[in-house]
Amino acid sequence: MNWFYFSSPSTFYGLAGRLAPWFFVAAALLAAWGLYLGLLVAPTDAQQGEVYRVIFIHVPTAWMSMFLYFVMACYCGLSLVFNTRLSAMMARAIAPTGALMTFLALWTGAFWGRPTWGTYWVWDARLTSELVLLFLYFGYMALANAFEDPRRGDRAAALLALIGVVNLPIIYFSVQWWNTLHQGSSVSFKGTSMHVTMLTGMLVMSASAWMYAIGATLVRVRSVILERERRTAWVRSLGAA
Amino acid sequence: MTIWWKSWSDFWAMGGQAFFVWMSFGALLVAIVVEMLSLRLRRKRALDAIEEERDLETEN
Repeated sequence: MNWFYFSSPSTFYGLAGRLAPWFFVAAALLAAWGLYLGLLVAPTDAQQGEVYRVIFIHVPTAWMSMFLYFVMACYCGLSLVFNTRLSAMMARAIAPTGALMTFLALWTGAFWGRPTWGTYWVWDARLTSELVLLFLYFGYMALANAFEDPRRGDRAAALLALIGVVNLPIIYFSVQWWNTLHQGSSVSFKGTSMHVTMLTGMLVMSASAWMYAIGATLVRVRSVILERERRTAWVRSLGAA
Repeated sequence: MTIWWKSWSDFWAMGGQAFFVWMSFGALLVAIVVEMLSLRLRRKRALDAIEEERDLETEN
């Protein structure tokens, strides 16, 4: 098998188009299962009441916001080192979905914080570093599109994305390094761990978010490929048929 | 795997915290719809741009 076959935008374009629907189907099925568990089956939380159900969106989107940034930065690194076209396009395709996940994590966190902490927002380490992540996504997208030559945009934005990776451990460890309103990690299997239905629902929703993000990225990268390669013969021949 | 709620009105009321719960789940729904529309729009624009270039070329 030739591993570099699909690293060419023209072949990956077709592969992404064939795969994307399956990721959306998986995301929808997992979301249906996860929402069923989270909204209908899972019991009330003894301390927080019903509002804890925000966890089924909050934690998966927060995880994905960081994970997608990490994957985006890996593609940026690849594109800088090997100057591969497709990796820069993948990084561009991931950024908007990553930003969306970050926004959702912040938004749901605010609506969870109000009834439990008494405030929508507080400038503490966890919340502030997650907000910085949102601005890193915005900065990446702005910089990538700021140049006449998209290849220069790729390189400048890739550099920003790689520097921004420093923010990921800051988000992750913020609840340990600083005093914060935000609770520590719930996903550990010792002591007062989560109710099994709550945990299952959260993991299923996370899997759904993962599938959704892959699907959205694959669909978007096809548009990025068309935008960037529109003067090539293979793109010209696409619509003509 | 039994349903936790006694009635649908219980479910929608979310123990008095309906505003916070549904603002969160509603945002998720809106976010997905917005992203799907933006993906569709971006693809349409990319295809239109290709079409435009092809038309320009045939004119010249």
